[in-house]
Amino acid sequence: MNPAISVENLSKRYIIGHQRDARDGLRHALEDAFRNPFKWLLNRKKQITATREEFWALKQVSFTINDGDVVGVIGRNGAGKSTLLKVLSRITEPTEGRVRIKGRVASLLEVGTGFHQELTGRENIFLNGAILGMTKAEIKRKFDEIVAFSEIEKFLDTPVKRYSSGMYVRLAFAVAAHLEPEILIVDEVLAVGDAQFQKKCLGKMKNVATEGRTVLFVSHNMAAVSSLCGTAVWLKDGKLNSMGPTRQIMDKYLTSSSEAEKPVLETSEIPRIGDFGRRIKIEKLEWLTELPIQNGERLRTRIHFQALQDVEDVSVGLGFSTLEGVRLLSYDTDFQDGYRPSLKKGTRWTAEMSISSLPLAPGIYSIDIGSRSGDSFGLDYLPNVCQMEISIGKNTPSSIVRDGAGVRLTSEWKWSSETPESEFQAVS
Amino acid sequence: MSELIIEAGRTEKQYWRDLWRYRELFAFLAWRDLLVRYKQTVVGVAWSLIRPFITMVVLTVVFGKFAKMPSGGVPYPILVFCGMLPWQFFSTAMSESGNSLVNNSNLISKVYFPRLVVPASSVITSFVDFLISAAIMVGLMIWYQYLPSFNCLFLPLFVLMAFTASFGVGLWVAALMVKYRDFRFIVPFVVQFGLYISPVGFFSSVVPDQWRLLYSINPMVGVIDGFRWAILGGEHQIYWPGFMVSIGGIVAVLVTGIWYFRKTERTFADVI
Repeated sequence: MNPAISVENLSKRYIIGHQRDARDGLRHALEDAFRNPFKWLLNRKKQITATREEFWALKQVSFTINDGDVVGVIGRNGAGKSTLLKVLSRITEPTEGRVRIKGRVASLLEVGTGFHQELTGRENIFLNGAILGMTKAEIKRKFDEIVAFSEIEKFLDTPVKRYSSGMYVRLAFAVAAHLEPEILIVDEVLAVGDAQFQKKCLGKMKNVATEGRTVLFVSHNMAAVSSLCGTAVWLKDGKLNSMGPTRQIMDKYLTSSSEAEKPVLETSEIPRIGDFGRRIKIEKLEWLTELPIQNGERLRTRIHFQALQDVEDVSVGLGFSTLEGVRLLSYDTDFQDGYRPSLKKGTRWTAEMSISSLPLAPGIYSIDIGSRSGDSFGLDYLPNVCQMEISIGKNTPSSIVRDGAGVRLTSEWKWSSETPESEFQAVS
Repeated sequence: MSELIIEAGRTEKQYWRDLWRYRELFAFLAWRDLLVRYKQTVVGVAWSLIRPFITMVVLTVVFGKFAKMPSGGVPYPILVFCGMLPWQFFSTAMSESGNSLVNNSNLISKVYFPRLVVPASSVITSFVDFLISAAIMVGLMIWYQYLPSFNCLFLPLFVLMAFTASFGVGLWVAALMVKYRDFRFIVPFVVQFGLYISPVGFFSSVVPDQWRLLYSINPMVGVIDGFRWAILGGEHQIYWPGFMVSIGGIVAVLVTGIWYFRKTERTFADVI
């Protein structure tokens, strides 16, 4: 097998810290130079390292991808996935190390890069195509196909600023989908658009994959990764954690506990929007079951809060949302029995929740917590207060992991045959 | 099959080949800027005529009527316009290409292409404006029944000079702007003052002889003198020592511009 991409000891350093802005302004550059030219010349390098903080987004990453492989890159936010793709697509230079790429590369880090609001759909197809590296002749040849795929024939000559967001995304993806590179690099672009369109995109990606092209694919959507990719690369804190068959890597990834998930989360200091947190303040979220929490297993949590004023009809609750912010599950204290106590000013309370079997499929979810008075009056609200991983439990069927379904509840089914028994036997 | 190697400090080899490969993008970006420029305006392209025309009228009144600068027998509007054509080209090209990288930051941080394409296509866009306002020049000459000299066969050379100067300065400003947004304020300032400092509203011969060489450090002095010589004819001689200084300045700006741009280009995506 020929390696299509080989990455050797790749590292990328970023300079961060609030110091940077202050020192980088033109005024400071000139000031330093004029005040003391000699000192400036001599100390230039030294000063830079003294006032700046380094951050290694990638550190000594090495791997090889063979021609025709479809590889998924997984890892938490900030693990270096996007930086890796940026280096591979030559947007930014590595600090150390080397990459060899064989073949024509197209990278898609965002849908609709370079779309211009004032231009029509037709004009944007040409512009975007050229930006993605297609020639004019190539775009002309594929123009009809692109339009058909995007389903926006009627609006071809309307400026895209008048498009709905769905139409915009469809058109943008349609252009990108008609690139014909030997190597395709794709970042989280499927996170946009409606479900039906996402399916279409995935289908298109699958086609690309089966045509024997090399694909490197980053996504938070575990279902997409596992259905598309044969191999997975797991990045953790800028380093390569492991690489191998997707199933295997994903199992490891989903069951690995992370330091980011703390059994107790302090929430008092988190800034609130508007008046949230003035009357009831949620102070802590405590996970009473071992982390990571598991699909199909018991889950117990405790919410600690304080009443800063006298409040009536109080309830608190916890919600699980997708990383895109779609709420999947909500648990409220008053849901079953409508019990909503009135709390005196200055008192502290806890509410403990217990679920016998967590119905959410394995994956990463965002946690929201909140409190309200009566049916609708919000007292405190902390959306996306942390991200939680739900890992595979001991009774999790592998079908769930693969199709990434959101919620599975127990249900009762009764089978009955509509074929007379005699025929049924004949068939079998 | 071509092999691409990505390594710190090693984009050079691929670069010029890529620049050729992306030549169509270059045209597309210029085309986009032209298409977009006058969208949702009432008079549209006419703006490229109205603006220079009004500026010309103001300069003629200020320098020709109030200050009574020598015109050497040439209708003052024509004299002014010969200076304004290259000056407006230079100033719009400088500000447009200076802002071009920052305005296209979404492209820079998401797609690879040789970044040189962006400021270069802005210069092209400004060049189209230049051609449009050249129509005013022709109109003025017909109005005053002024016959251009044969020197105007050399005009393309001076246009090339203006082009090079704009591109060189544009590269500097664009690259600096990525890191130092201060240039957003510096550029309009330079444009405003440059109009009066450069010999747009008057002949450069009004500058005392002992200062003329120094005056020619401004690369636009040479370009404007060249334009006047080409259009107005032989009596308006070029001041050669100054002209050579201007040419030297222009070449230096272009070469260092490309050098600085290439040097900082690799960090654009991280800084922008």
